[in-house]
Amino acid sequence: MAIHIEHELHKRRARRNLFVGLVLAGFVVMVFGITMVKLTNGGKIEGFDHSVRPSLEVVTE
Amino acid sequence: MTDLTASEPGQDAEFGDFFALLKPRVMSLVIFTAAAGLFVAPIHVHPFLAFASILFIAIGAGASGALNMWWDADIDEVMNRTKGRPVPSGRVSPNDAKLFGLWLSVISVGMLGLTANFFAAGLLAFTIFFYAVVYSMWLKRLTPQNIVIGGAAGAFPPMIGWAVATGGVSLESVLMFGLIFIWTPPHFWSLALFMNDDYSKAGVPMLPVTHGKRETRKQILIYSILLAPVGPLLAFSSIGGPVFLTISLVLNSLFLMGAWRLFRRPEDAAQSDKYAVERRFFRLSLYYLFLHFVGLLIEASLRWTSFDMAAWPHWVG
Repeated sequence: MAIHIEHELHKRRARRNLFVGLVLAGFVVMVFGITMVKLTNGGKIEGFDHSVRPSLEVVTE
Repeated sequence: MTDLTASEPGQDAEFGDFFALLKPRVMSLVIFTAAAGLFVAPIHVHPFLAFASILFIAIGAGASGALNMWWDADIDEVMNRTKGRPVPSGRVSPNDAKLFGLWLSVISVGMLGLTANFFAAGLLAFTIFFYAVVYSMWLKRLTPQNIVIGGAAGAFPPMIGWAVATGGVSLESVLMFGLIFIWTPPHFWSLALFMNDDYSKAGVPMLPVTHGKRETRKQILIYSILLAPVGPLLAFSSIGGPVFLTISLVLNSLFLMGAWRLFRRPEDAAQSDKYAVERRFFRLSLYYLFLHFVGLLIEASLRWTSFDMAAWPHWVG
């Protein structure tokens, strides 16, 4: 029962877990980035918050 | 005992095996055509949202690839080209491949909807459904027309890219769809002419197996003729222009000449030079599609830099 010995298998698993971790971290960064862009460009998000505030509407004409 | 469980197939796949399930080479083509569809659209998309959208479209395409590899593992096992894939070689279990494909489908469609719009996400969902269910599960083993109808799955990405920017469908995106859709049969059948043995071994009803090579050569010519007007039509739409028209005319003449040469070629001549002309036509077909989209991108960049030909007639659309 030599559990403490590192098998080649454990190394492979560790590597796979590292990759999965990186992908998940990348996903978090992605969602954060998308959120930031949407908040920065989405002027109307606050405009429709609770009640319409015409002062926040972008004048187009 | 530990070692025994560890060596069960599919229990300990490498990360790279799951990546291979996404069919990275198909994915790169999807990325390119989806990006082209997005960038040639008349509406500007924030670069980060464009990047994220293309990524999610690519993941969706990968998901359908994984579902295809799960379903087709029995075919892949007997074909030389595919027997080293993760599922037939036992590195990933069929069930893992299925769950991987299903989850990635859900994530990619959901995220594309949140990033871009739900019309584009719906198109992506339909594409995954079309490739995994209509093509892989239903048509591929049933009819030699599998390639013709299955080609639609590969033709959707530029339409999805266009929908990311515009939120809809228009004549331009339908023409981009048509370009890939009609291009697919001559492209694959020219491959099938010299990869025939693999398909007949696997029992996939490819046209050269069911109707013979003579008929396949004729069908390649017919579809090449049908394909010829699509590029020039695009040239006179709002995303075309003189550069694109020139590229398209050159490529279509080469393609038609190549298809004619394939049609006139007797089978023994093809066998004696190991299908050299067929292989060349297959390579030409890759350039044909790639350069058409490069042409569209050139026209788009000319428009963005306002180096536009105002006099160019936009008769289509």
